[in-house]
Amino acid sequence: MILLSLLLIPLIGGIVAWYSERFNPDYPRWVALASLILCWVPVLPYFSAFTLEQMPQWLVDEPMRWIPRLNITAHLAMDGLSFLLVILTLAMGLVALSSAWTEIKKRTGFFYLNLLWTLAGVMGVFLAMDLFLFFVFWEVMLVPMYLLIAIWGYENRQYAAFKFFMFTQAGGLLMLLSLAGLVILHYQQTHILSFDYTVLVQNPITGDLAYWIAVGFTVAFIVKLPALPFHSWLPDAHTQAPTAASVILAAVLLKTGGYGLIRFVLPLFPDAAKAIAPLMMTIAGVGVVYGAMMAFVQKDLKRLIAYSSVSHMGFVLLGCFAMNIYALQGAVMQMLAHGISTSALFVLVGMIQYRFKTRDLDKLGGLWQQVPRLSAIGLFFGVASLGMPGLGNFVAEFLVLVGSFEKYPWYTVVAASGLILGAIYSLIIIYKTFFGPRGDSVQTSEVKGAAEVTDTSNREATTLLVMVVILVYMGVHPQPFMDMVQSNLLQTIAKGLL
Amino acid sequence: MISIHWLLFLSLALFSIGVYGVVARRNLLFILLSLEIMLNAVVLLFIAGSSFHGNPDGQIMYLLILTLAASEVAVGLGLVIHMYRQHHTLDVDKLSQLRG
Amino acid sequence: MLTNFLSYGVDMQIPDSLLMLIPLLPFVSSLILIFVNPPKKIVTLLGVGSVGCAALIALLFNISLWGQTDYVIKAGFGNWMTIDKLVINFDFYLDALSLVMISIITGVGFFIHLYSTGFMDEDTDYRRYFAYLNMFVSAMLVLVLADNMLLLYLGWEGVGLCSYLLIGFWYKNRDNNMAANKAFLMTRIGDTGMAIGLFLLFYQLGTLNIQDMQTQAVAVWAPGSDLQGNSMATLCCLLLLAGAVGKSAQLPLQNWLPDAMAGPTPVSALIHAATMVTAGVYLIARNTQLFQLSPDAMFVVALVGTCTLLLAATAAMVQNDVKRILAYSTISQIGYMFLALGVGAGSVAVFHLMTHAFFKALLFLSAGALIYSVHHEHNIFKMGGLLKKLPVVAASFAVGCAALASLPFTSGFFSKESILEKIVDSGHTELWWAAVIGAFITAFYSGRLFFVVFLGKMQQEPNHTPTKTMHIALLVLIVPSIFAWMQPQGLIALMPGLPSKGLSDLQHWLPIFTPIAALMLAFGLYRANFFGSELKSPALQSIHQLLKSGWGFDFIYHHLFVLPFKWLCHINRNDIIDLFYRRLEDTARLMHGFVTGFQNGRLRSYSASLVLFCVLAISWVVLK
Repeated sequence: MILLSLLLIPLIGGIVAWYSERFNPDYPRWVALASLILCWVPVLPYFSAFTLEQMPQWLVDEPMRWIPRLNITAHLAMDGLSFLLVILTLAMGLVALSSAWTEIKKRTGFFYLNLLWTLAGVMGVFLAMDLFLFFVFWEVMLVPMYLLIAIWGYENRQYAAFKFFMFTQAGGLLMLLSLAGLVILHYQQTHILSFDYTVLVQNPITGDLAYWIAVGFTVAFIVKLPALPFHSWLPDAHTQAPTAASVILAAVLLKTGGYGLIRFVLPLFPDAAKAIAPLMMTIAGVGVVYGAMMAFVQKDLKRLIAYSSVSHMGFVLLGCFAMNIYALQGAVMQMLAHGISTSALFVLVGMIQYRFKTRDLDKLGGLWQQVPRLSAIGLFFGVASLGMPGLGNFVAEFLVLVGSFEKYPWYTVVAASGLILGAIYSLIIIYKTFFGPRGDSVQTSEVKGAAEVTDTSNREATTLLVMVVILVYMGVHPQPFMDMVQSNLLQTIAKGLL
Repeated sequence: MISIHWLLFLSLALFSIGVYGVVARRNLLFILLSLEIMLNAVVLLFIAGSSFHGNPDGQIMYLLILTLAASEVAVGLGLVIHMYRQHHTLDVDKLSQLRG
Repeated sequence: MLTNFLSYGVDMQIPDSLLMLIPLLPFVSSLILIFVNPPKKIVTLLGVGSVGCAALIALLFNISLWGQTDYVIKAGFGNWMTIDKLVINFDFYLDALSLVMISIITGVGFFIHLYSTGFMDEDTDYRRYFAYLNMFVSAMLVLVLADNMLLLYLGWEGVGLCSYLLIGFWYKNRDNNMAANKAFLMTRIGDTGMAIGLFLLFYQLGTLNIQDMQTQAVAVWAPGSDLQGNSMATLCCLLLLAGAVGKSAQLPLQNWLPDAMAGPTPVSALIHAATMVTAGVYLIARNTQLFQLSPDAMFVVALVGTCTLLLAATAAMVQNDVKRILAYSTISQIGYMFLALGVGAGSVAVFHLMTHAFFKALLFLSAGALIYSVHHEHNIFKMGGLLKKLPVVAASFAVGCAALASLPFTSGFFSKESILEKIVDSGHTELWWAAVIGAFITAFYSGRLFFVVFLGKMQQEPNHTPTKTMHIALLVLIVPSIFAWMQPQGLIALMPGLPSKGLSDLQHWLPIFTPIAALMLAFGLYRANFFGSELKSPALQSIHQLLKSGWGFDFIYHHLFVLPFKWLCHINRNDIIDLFYRRLEDTARLMHGFVTGFQNGRLRSYSASLVLFCVLAISWVVLK
């Protein structure tokens, strides 16, 4: 019941938070905080897995009956990969909460309901080992996210929320079809009707139809990732979403795509994955460069970071389809490191927007003079996003590139040029925002009254510094994270090589 | 004995008048009247058919439709009066709030 | 007593783990300075003291290894990552080469830190300055001590970052920001090439450990092995060279360095003259065996060095800004080192690296003192006659210029002579002539610089006198600038050069008299008031303009790469791919508008369409 409780706590906590708004609009955030902290309790014992010599296949395995007629089970299980991503979700949930703490003032109860339900949905996605259940959670995380953007977003929120919803829903539909196809085909080939991942993975389906089913799954996942050419919902969604939603979106929602590729596409369709690998590598390589180039010309800081996400997630895709242990490890590391560094950037933009009422790069500038602490942390995360060695992002990008170089040297060279382009947009973030003479917005807010703009508060500084520490730890000692997923990834690779 | 054709023509003429009334008239009351005319055209057809075939089923149908028409008028008029109270008009072109 | 100490020192055993303290001390100090805001005295103590302690430890290692030639000391912090064959440790590796490097970095670094306490005294961002500078020293030490390429890459990027931060140290000025961006991006281009080189090396040799790489390379690409192996070795070397070229400001990535002078002058001395820019030389020297497997790559290294040294030397002749002159001369001198590496004389290259670190740091520091004294004036033609007013600065400048011009019995003379000698040994006569011409130009612009600044009429009165710490640093650096006559021991054992062929008379005497002749020419032209005066002929003017812009590379790159890239990005500003989805949306809207047209809320049109449909349907059924 451990994993079930992990899902139930935020679901119930959300309802309590909603209800508690009747008494005081301040209560919901405390309820949310309490339920998020409570969520750590079930997973805490599994931190001991970091010290294990040999990782078991599953840390926890909880099969439960659900719809026996179709042999659909409520099978929840957690292995190293799920564990890392669940931890990331919980940590980034706290970050999102911290960034929403003072920013959200209207309909707080409903906000925290949506926030917690999104997190529950994401964790469900990471834990569900039954494909049908997986699909249910896939949809569950979508709707509250839509509401978060549509209700609490910025100027153009309706459009952005709708775009987000349409893209992911179209992907979801494709996944539902492929899922049904997969189960039926599996039934035809083995005479076992099952939605269970552990059963399906035993005998991967074969044939032409399997190829198209794999393509369906892949497209559904890379829409979420997002990879070219399905990326265009992300800049809009990120730009318009409130900071907390941006954090969740960047930190964990995008990771469900990468998770899906590693968990389902590679092991369930080894042949098809091999067949579509060149195409995916092309998409990834072009995506890395394309995202970076798009980021280069953006004027809106959030939009810039969103495009940089497209570029960074290109590395995840590159790592997934390189069929190589280095690259897969790199892809997992990239999911974690990108989750932290990019959401930290979004938190920073939220703080800047809160203080200076703008995200326009041309109106910012010279922040170092006014808010040095915030700027220094901003500098750190800017540098992290350009892949400085010693930080998690570098380890990830290095491993992905090393791995993909084995079979696809030219794609790797293209993607490696993303390192140069990544430096360009990261430097733009840094020097247009923090360095230089004071920008228009920075000046005007000073004229109104210097006391109004303050440097990071303790809550903000703590949030960001914790993220700094994690990122540095991942950069200098990534081994525990890698050991966590090593055996699983090796199995995946072995399947692909058969 | 009148030929069945005359009855059919009469029924068709009545029905067409009803249709024309529904489509062309703007007053809701007249549309309701036109509906009644259409119903009566159908009733006439039933009776004609019944006597032509020597089968009483058509006349049973006549009774059924008569009841239906009566209740329809009752409900319809009630709605019309309610609508007139609310909107102070019975012009259907002005009562177009269901526009998509 | 000294001999006692020395003889004791030879036997002295110091724990290997002390090696780890060398980069750690400045790093910790930097972290403290970032997170804590101590009083200024403590900042000074931490900033200078940490590097001083590191220098002391380096000195201890020097003493304990005195006289030995074949030594290796290893120490490590443990594992970084291990996946399958990829095993990366935080291990340090000290041999003769890295010992020379850490001695330069900590030694010169210490005096530059000391100097900075005077130079940056009035700056409000004193603490930030020392935090960055300590971080730089630490990263640079990691770079030269790393025992595997990935750790070296960490240091490599780390110094790049610190260089970026320090060039843009005075961040309020957009020009400084742009110079910093340029420096970072241009070196990043080289770094990316190097990273690709690492991937290739990893798959070819199966390791990233530098020493294992050398032995593996010799085993895999043994001389006389097949052509493919040879070309693979060449490819690997060229990719590494890309990184070296970027960091060391060599052709074709050289033009970031003159702009990098936007940073504080001690930074230019430490990063952009003595240490970071020589990282490329270190990288190639470190991988000597690898490079020696590929004669083609070696020749490219030599060629890059030669072209750069001539290009930068000619550009240095016509600059007005004292720091730009020194920047171009740095590029040119590193060109000499590359040339030496290219002809297979790694030990000599490192020797020149060492002497260059001394005298160039000295030159930059005295230039800094000069600029500090004369209202932050950079233009040499607005100075003049400062010999009497600033005697210490003038003396150190003179020593620096003499060593740069390689006048006999200065350190620069010995190192440059050895390079020229080795070129002869390698048999590349054309490169030797190029190097001699380069030496002539070098002496010429050194003379021009010194004469214009210190002789003649005084243009403006100095208003600041350099502080005592600045003077101490200058005076101390004078000593090795003159007396560093000997190649460090162990280097030759590490990188044996080619057998000596012996020099002809011309080859022996010409390099000795070249600088003297050049200086005399410079003095003559100075007396004739040639420098700084308007050039008459338009042809000469345009040549002057070309040289002054550093052969127009900025212009070429701007039009060849920057503008097309910007153009490409800007035309796609609204995301062509998104356009498809927006058209999709428009289409959906259009259809929507079309369909909703039917639902107009008019009862009569509804009933009409109902009737119409019935009539059509019935007639269809009937007529069929």
